[in-house]
Amino acid sequence: MTQDRILLAHGSGGQLSHELVERLFLKYFDNPILARLDDAAVVRVSSFRLQVPGSSNLKPETSNPKLAFTTDSYVVNPIFFPGGDIGKLAICGTVNDLAMSGARPLYLSASFIIEEGLSLDDLERIVVSMRQAADEAGVEVIAGDTKVVNKGSADGLFINTTGVGIVPEQIGISGSNARPGDKVIVSGAIGDHGMAIMSQREGLEFSAPLRSDCAPLNKLVAAMLEASREIHCLRDPTRGGLATTLNEFAAQSNVGILIHEGRIPIHDAVRGACEMLGLDPLHVANEGKLVAVVGEADAEKVLVCMKGHPYGAEAAIIGEVRAEHPGRVVMRTLLGTLRLVDMLVGDLLPRIC
Amino acid sequence: MKHLDEYRNSGLAKGLVGSIRRHRGRPFRFMEFCGGHTVAILKYGIRQLISPTVEMLSGPGCPVCVTANADLDKAIAMAHLPDVILTTFGDMMKVPGSRSSLQHARAEGADVRVVYSTLDALEVARNNSDRPVIFLGIGFETTAPTIAASILQAEAQGMDNYFVFVLHKLTPPVTVALLALGEVKFDGIIGPGHVSTIIGSRVWESLPRDHHMPCVISGFEPLDILQCIAMLVAQVERGQAKVEIAYRRSVRPEGNRTALALMERVFESCDANWRGMGIVPDSGLKLSTEYGRFDAERVFTVEPGPTEEPQGCACGEILRGIKSPPECPLFGGACTPVHPVGPCMVSAEGACAAHYRYGEP
Amino acid sequence: MCLAVPALIKSIDGQMAEVDIGGVRRPIGLHLTPEARVGDYVLLHTGFAINVVDEEEALKTLSLFEEIEAAYQRELAEAGGGLDEAP
Repeated sequence: MTQDRILLAHGSGGQLSHELVERLFLKYFDNPILARLDDAAVVRVSSFRLQVPGSSNLKPETSNPKLAFTTDSYVVNPIFFPGGDIGKLAICGTVNDLAMSGARPLYLSASFIIEEGLSLDDLERIVVSMRQAADEAGVEVIAGDTKVVNKGSADGLFINTTGVGIVPEQIGISGSNARPGDKVIVSGAIGDHGMAIMSQREGLEFSAPLRSDCAPLNKLVAAMLEASREIHCLRDPTRGGLATTLNEFAAQSNVGILIHEGRIPIHDAVRGACEMLGLDPLHVANEGKLVAVVGEADAEKVLVCMKGHPYGAEAAIIGEVRAEHPGRVVMRTLLGTLRLVDMLVGDLLPRIC
Repeated sequence: MKHLDEYRNSGLAKGLVGSIRRHRGRPFRFMEFCGGHTVAILKYGIRQLISPTVEMLSGPGCPVCVTANADLDKAIAMAHLPDVILTTFGDMMKVPGSRSSLQHARAEGADVRVVYSTLDALEVARNNSDRPVIFLGIGFETTAPTIAASILQAEAQGMDNYFVFVLHKLTPPVTVALLALGEVKFDGIIGPGHVSTIIGSRVWESLPRDHHMPCVISGFEPLDILQCIAMLVAQVERGQAKVEIAYRRSVRPEGNRTALALMERVFESCDANWRGMGIVPDSGLKLSTEYGRFDAERVFTVEPGPTEEPQGCACGEILRGIKSPPECPLFGGACTPVHPVGPCMVSAEGACAAHYRYGEP
Repeated sequence: MCLAVPALIKSIDGQMAEVDIGGVRRPIGLHLTPEARVGDYVLLHTGFAINVVDEEEALKTLSLFEEIEAAYQRELAEAGGGLDEAP
C-alpha cells in the first residue's frame, strides 16, 4: 500500500476499502469462508464432532446442536500493552465468553472502527496478533467490517466481535448452579491484566514485570469438562475482578460464598502495584483467568487437571459455597476474622488516602 | 513484601488480642482519628477480635470527607475554565459537590486528569506549557509537604503555568476542637501514624495535658493497630494519659524536619472550613504571600454558585463521632457507594464506605 | 488516611530515586528525605518518600510481638486453656 496511515477513505467502501480488506484482513484471516467476500458467512454447525465429557470418544452431535452466541466490544486504551494488544484481547475475550458456557468456540466476526490516522503498521501488528490468538484457540474469523471515523473519535481503534460455538448436550453450566458444599477454584494469579494496563496510563508509569495475562482458555475448559461432570459455574473475571464475579454467582445462585485471603494467588508485582495505588486486587480485571465452582467430590481432580495445563499452572482452591448469608461473598482474612467482599463500584481509581 | 507482611502475621495476633481482652471492667471506647485506620480495622475484622472489651469510634480523619462543599464547588468551577487542566488525586473524582462532581465535569468536557503524585502534575504542566494546570491540593500533613516540594520545583524551573488550589488541613487543631466540643465520650485516641511521621509526636502533648486524653500513635497494619489498642488499654487501666509512639519504625518525636521546613517555606496557617465542624481556627494551610503567584484562588476568579448541602446526610455527625454510619437513616438505602449522598460514602476511607464495603456479614 | 507503602531504594539520581515495591519499579522524589541511601526502605506516599524506615525499631517491634505471643501461649498452657480466647 502506498499510504502508511488509515484515511477516512479506507472506510468508505470504495477502492481503498477493498484494498485494505484484500491486502491486510484476507492476508491474515485466510480461510475459504471469509475469502468468498459475500455479505454473510454461511456455515453448517451440526457436522462438528465434539469430545464427549468424561470419555475420549468423539461423537457426532445431534442435528440440532445448542449454539452459544456472544458479542463484545473492545475499547482498551492503550491499544498495545505488555502481554498483548486490543486484537489479541478481542479474540481471547470472545473465545473465553463462549468457553465459559462450556461451548467449543468455532467462528468469530471482527468489526473494526478505526480512527483516521492510525498507522497501517500498527493495524497490521494487531491483525497478526489476532491471527495468532485465533490459531491458538482453533477458531476462524469468517466475517468482518471496517469503518473509519474522524480523528479524535476512537482512541486509535475499537473492535467489536461476535462469536459462535456449540455446546455439547450434557453440559449445563450457569452462574445459577452453585450449591452449598461446592468448591471455588481460580485458574491462577489475579490482577495481572488490569495492573498491566494501569501501568501504561499517563501519570502512573512504572517499569515492572507487569504483563497482561490475556489468553484463550477454551482448551483449558475442554480439559476440565473432560475431567468432571460436576462443573457447575464458570466465568472469566474480567472487569470488576474476582470479587465481582463471585458476587454474581452468589446472587444468581442465591448462595453464600466464603473465600480465604491466604489462598488467593497474586503475583508480587501486582500486590506491590496495588499497595502503592491503594487498589484491591480482588477488583482488578483479568483476561486469561477463570473461576470455576465445582462439586466437592470432584474439586481435587479438577484442580490437578488445571494445574497440568499451561494456563492453569497456578490454579488454587480458594473457597467454598455455603447456605449462610445467601447472595453475599465473605472472606476469612489473614487474621482469621471475617469480612464482606463487595462488587466493584464505578471505576478503579488510585487513591492517596 | 518487607515491612508489610510481617505486620499481617496472624500467628502474632493472639498474644496482642489476649493482652487487650485481659482487661476486666467497663468496656473502653477509643477513637481512631484516621480514615485509613477505620478501613484497616474493618478490612481485617479487628472489631470482632476486641469486642466487647473495646469499642471503636471513627473520627474526622478523612481529608476527602472533610472538604467542604463550597470548596469542592470552586474546584469544579475551576475545571470548567477555558484551557484549564485540573489535576487531582483519584480520591476526589466522585465526591458530590452541591450540583456536580469532578467526574461529571469531565463528562461535560472539562479537562480533569487523575494523577498519582504532584510530580506527575508538574509533568502535565511541562507538557502543556501554553495552558494553566491547577492541582487540587487536598490532604493532611502527610501530603502537604509533597505539594510544597512541587511548588518549590516549579519555582526552581521557572514554570509559570502551575498553580495549586490549597485545601490542606491540619490534624492537631481539629482533634483539640473535637475534644472541646465534648459531644462524645471516649477514653483514648489512636493517633494518625503517617501524619505523625511528618509532624512528630510532641505536637499531640496537649491531648493528655489539657484533656487527660491518652494518645498512642499507630501504624496501619493489623498488628500495629492491635499493639496500639493494647497500649491504650494499659494506659487507661492505670489512669494514665500520655502520648506514646507504637509506630516506632516510622514516627520520631520531632517528626520529619526536612518536610516541616518545606511546609514552612511555602505555607502559612489559616482558618479552615471542615465539613461537619464548620470553621476551625488555624486548622488549614494557605500559600504565603511570597508564593502567591502559585495560588489558584488568587489567580483565577470563579463563580461556583450557591452551596447546597445534601439533605438528610449525617456525614457531619459521623465525622464528629456522634453517630456511626449504620445509624444514618440514609445508610445502605438512599446512600450507597453507587449512589452516594455524601462524601463519607464515596471516599475510599470514608467511614460509611468502609462500613458498607467491609462490614461484618 | 495517607496511604503509604514501604519501598526499597535501588538507585538515586539527584532528588529522584528508583524504588522497588514488591517487584514493581517506579521513580519517586526524595525531596522530603535527602538522607535516604540506596538499600534503605522508605515509606512511599503519592510519589515521595516521607521517611526512612528505621530497621532497628522495626526489628524491636517484631521481637516485642513475638515475646507477647510467646508469653500468651505459656499462660494458655498453664491455665489449661481457661483464658478468654479470641473468637
